[in-house]
Amino acid sequence: MKYLLIMQVNQEILDALSDDERKIVMEGHGEFMKTIQDSGEFILTQALADPANSTVITGTGGTPAVTDGPFIEAKEFMGGFYLIDCESKERAVEIARLIPDTRVKGLSVEIRPVMFSAGADL
Amino acid sequence: MNSEIEDLLRSLAPQVLGTLVRRYGQFEACEDAVQEALLAASVQWPEQGLPNRPAGWLVTVADRRLTDHWRSEAARRERELSVGMQPPPDDDPSRHVDDTLRLLFLCCHPKLSVPSQVALTLRAVGGLTTAQIAHAFLVPEATMAQRISRAKQTIKGAGFPDGAERLPAVLQVLYLIFNEGYTATCGPDLQRVELAAEAIRLAREVHRLRPDDGEAAGLLALMLLTDARRVTRSADGVLVPLAEQDRSLWDRARIEEGVALVSATLPRGPAGPYLLQATIAAIHDEAPSTKETDWAEVLILYKILDRTAPNPMVTLNRAIATAMVHGPAEGLALLATLDDDKRVAGHYRLDAVRGHLLDLAGEHDRAREHYQRAARLTLSLPEREYLLRRASR
Repeated sequence: MKYLLIMQVNQEILDALSDDERKIVMEGHGEFMKTIQDSGEFILTQALADPANSTVITGTGGTPAVTDGPFIEAKEFMGGFYLIDCESKERAVEIARLIPDTRVKGLSVEIRPVMFSAGADL
Repeated sequence: MNSEIEDLLRSLAPQVLGTLVRRYGQFEACEDAVQEALLAASVQWPEQGLPNRPAGWLVTVADRRLTDHWRSEAARRERELSVGMQPPPDDDPSRHVDDTLRLLFLCCHPKLSVPSQVALTLRAVGGLTTAQIAHAFLVPEATMAQRISRAKQTIKGAGFPDGAERLPAVLQVLYLIFNEGYTATCGPDLQRVELAAEAIRLAREVHRLRPDDGEAAGLLALMLLTDARRVTRSADGVLVPLAEQDRSLWDRARIEEGVALVSATLPRGPAGPYLLQATIAAIHDEAPSTKETDWAEVLILYKILDRTAPNPMVTLNRAIATAMVHGPAEGLALLATLDDDKRVAGHYRLDAVRGHLLDLAGEHDRAREHYQRAARLTLSLPEREYLLRRASR
């Protein structure tokens, strides 16, 4: 079963982290990645730029509207994700718990099952 | 290479690997040696003809490669490596039977996670390449390679667990492989044929090795009788329910083989879950239509199954059979007993079945609600499409 582990981040909380805390989180991701790579459950990860860099195209029924800026102004947004392949939902939760974000108050990781896969290397 | 030799090599590979692993225990080194022996055979046999004992030939060659490898490694490290035992002559065919089974048991070792058991079984016993397995499960080759390599490390020196009680684990892994191929849990293709075919090939092998095991026979029959309906199971990416499938397209040869297995195995004693499910599948496969299906018999079998191997998914199917025999109200009453069952709470099948039974009862508005909910909960695209269509009917 494939799952997307979505890191829902909050800019205010990230800004409030001390340098040491930020370092712990960054290093924690390296360690986390090694763990799931070793177990043969890791597929891919991406960290996303701040939504301020986004462009949104909205269907209007006619010519789509193109606007700069985030899809929705929200405190929380998808900061990045891990794509994993593992035995069960229970195992996906166990893996997600290892993501260092889960140790920072106010950050969360969402676990969503994948329904369809395609890719250049699949 | 001609395909006859290719097939022969593929069928011999697991017993040869099993023999070497029994002797030396080192899975990874043994696997490399077997690969080299298979390569040598694929070059020599077409030119020089088959050896008298092809399996013995492969074991001898692989064994030699292995000891050569250890000698050169020992020399490189400048220390003596005593290989210890000299390989005994390998003429006893029953030994080969045991070796293939032991290899299967090892691949389905309880220390391994289910995905690892599946991957290792397909690699070591099925003889598929890592790339083929990765493709079948839609993961990158690097992910699958690491999974297999980790699995080999995990079982290194783990030893062979006792034979008899490991067979259920092997059957479970084979059934999982079959289901993964038959109802892809994700992806646009409802079926990935190669995996189902591979699972049937391996189940055939296990049945050949353990002809007296009722569940091994039952599993093979269940796979054949399910696979017989494969081509009609979906159309244009949408699931087609049993009642609407064109039965004239079902695979008669598969059905005959499955039915023969069921008929031969049932009289031999109490039937296990696979054999019971195969018997139910046989009734469906032999019926000319849903209407003419012997639902009373199906219901009896589900009752036995629910008693001997209780499981909410069985209860769901029993509810459908109950509705067909005693009317939708009784089926719905049985479904209600599952409402507090944590194992099915939030599972799309509960809503899908309830929608179906409400439809039968003429309560179409309520049925629609449940079809819609089931469509939101399922993880299969063809299934979702079917449920959405039912909801808008």
